[in-house]
Amino acid sequence: MADMVLDQVTKRYPDGTLAVDKLSLNIADGEFVILVGPSGCGKSTTLNMLAGLEDITEGELRIGGKVVNDESPKDRDIAMVFQSYALYPHMTVRENMGFALKLAKTPKAVINEKVNNAAQSLGLTDLLDRKPANLSGGQQQRVAMGRAIVRNPAAFLMDEPLSNLDAKLRVQMRLEVSKLQKRLGATMVYVTHDQTEALTLGDRVAVLRGGVLQQAAAPQELYERPLNLFVAGFIGSPSMNFMSGTVDGGTLHTALGDMPVSGALRQELSKASREVIVGIRPENFQDPSLVSADARPHGITFHATIDVLESLGAEKYVYFNKDLGKTNYVTELEELARDAGRADSGATSETVVARLDPATRISEGDNTQLWADVRSLHVFDPATGRNLSVAAGTKASAAGHGAATPSAGQPTSGQTRSGTASQ
Amino acid sequence: MAVTTRQKAGWGTANTVAILIVAIPILWLVSLSFKTPGAITDPSFWPAQWTWGNYSGILTSSTFVRPLLNSIGIGLIATLIAVVFASMAAYAVARLAFPGKRLLVAGALLISLFPQISLVTPLYNIERSLSLFNTWPGLIIPYIAFGLPMAVYILAAFFQQIPWQLEKAAKVDGATPWQAFTKVIAPLASPGMVTSAILVFMFCWNEFLFAISLTSTISARTAPAALAFFSGSSQFTTPTGPIAAAAVVITIPIIIFVSVFQRRIVSGLTSGAVKG
Repeated sequence: MADMVLDQVTKRYPDGTLAVDKLSLNIADGEFVILVGPSGCGKSTTLNMLAGLEDITEGELRIGGKVVNDESPKDRDIAMVFQSYALYPHMTVRENMGFALKLAKTPKAVINEKVNNAAQSLGLTDLLDRKPANLSGGQQQRVAMGRAIVRNPAAFLMDEPLSNLDAKLRVQMRLEVSKLQKRLGATMVYVTHDQTEALTLGDRVAVLRGGVLQQAAAPQELYERPLNLFVAGFIGSPSMNFMSGTVDGGTLHTALGDMPVSGALRQELSKASREVIVGIRPENFQDPSLVSADARPHGITFHATIDVLESLGAEKYVYFNKDLGKTNYVTELEELARDAGRADSGATSETVVARLDPATRISEGDNTQLWADVRSLHVFDPATGRNLSVAAGTKASAAGHGAATPSAGQPTSGQTRSGTASQ
Repeated sequence: MAVTTRQKAGWGTANTVAILIVAIPILWLVSLSFKTPGAITDPSFWPAQWTWGNYSGILTSSTFVRPLLNSIGIGLIATLIAVVFASMAAYAVARLAFPGKRLLVAGALLISLFPQISLVTPLYNIERSLSLFNTWPGLIIPYIAFGLPMAVYILAAFFQQIPWQLEKAAKVDGATPWQAFTKVIAPLASPGMVTSAILVFMFCWNEFLFAISLTSTISARTAPAALAFFSGSSQFTTPTGPIAAAAVVITIPIIIFVSVFQRRIVSGLTSGAVKG
């Protein structure tokens, strides 16, 4: 096993397209890092550069302390699992799994032993003499994993390995990947466009947009302290609600009502423009009748007509419309909407989603009161997309997470680049 | 859609007519090859008296056996070289972006459509001055030149069907580009290689124009050309029987090839048309 360091790595294609822009990321030995972002964000290109399947235009890539920019894939000692599995159709499962070892001129007996061990741990023993065409999708996926495990490589690279599986199998395999990584203590870099997969699997998640690293942090940190508008909107499902707001001294005017701001955030806001974007996560809304008396003063109450109510048993989602002031919505939000398929679904961005306690009596069509927790507010600068509330440190409760992440220096580098992101 | 009896009958008649048109000349040739010299002009379709005489005659005479060996040798060598080079060229055409790729593909197409007759005289002069005239290489080289474009086209279609990720997987598994090609890509493209090999071999086997123009003795003359030099037992007899027998002998390998590899040839020619 080994660590991997990406130092200002840039990929520019011959036609001038900038796929990855000065990406810096330290992946510690044994760490499970997820690269996540919408399609075209450069995550797969980054993985291919790690594997040596694509040249690095600028910057340096070090694996186990050794610069490997010009090394061919076979000299990097890394294994890769592909989205399509890329099993060799003319070889049996056994030959597929042993192919790398055979190329490395490993003695036959050793290959057999390693293949048998890996097959046993993945439950593939009975399938060893079959051809890939005679396996189900889940089995093919396991063979692809097995082919990587057998080699005992310095690092594993996974390119959306679960996206061809059906939903149920995907959840199951997600758990297995997680267990596998822990058992092997392997350095693993995993690419996905699915933020749920990213949050559930990774020790650390790196969010990319347009080839630029937005933020790399532990899942909880990413969720609680997103450094910019893009990360805030991308991470979390349903995603954060955004609305425009106007700062007036100690008050923040929004479509939901006036919210008091205090302390550091107030100072930070006074430096920025008067117009801001306010973000509230769905779970920061509540049925006022279920809010305890101590908590009530920390939020505001407003009126809304419930459009749609979805009851999921453990939680209820309510959707209501508000004129949220779309004028200063920035490109990040448009991109997020496009990626989520919302842009052409006809749904307006004026819809607000709230996650309520299942005990709520609110029903569809009600004109009712809702309560929003002002303490969990995110305030963004519309010009740069920067999260001003994180900058102000008002989310101090979450600050401890940052220090605990394997590479505490990383969020800073993401932060310095968040300005570039919104240009 | 139900097929009515009338439709069935209609198609059946059409098929029978088509098969007869194709088969009668061949059957006539077979019949001739079994006729005795005296019965050649006999108008009956099947010989009254069957004889192996024509076959034993040609198979014991060096004027046919040597050209037959030439045909096999020249055909196999030209096919082998053409397919090996074509698979490399087709791989580049299918996989790599390189300057002049369109030119190469267009050039290959142009060569395969080039009228051979216009090349015969220049080739004759060139080969005579290079002492290639009337030698095996003298035929093998032009055959490769005409066989390559066809093989490149067929193989490029095959390579394009092979998922790119398989090659990436092989590289990550530690294969050199050559190993990735020989151990992963080439085995998967083997149906295409077989198809193109058969087609190139058939081209070499049937070729007549170069064979007759660029040879002067049986040391390099191929079987189809040799037929034209058959002579009768006397100055006044036409060697119809031996020619028919030789034609049948030449046809046999093609019939065997096609019936064994029929499916592969069809799938090779239509590859790329539908997803395999």
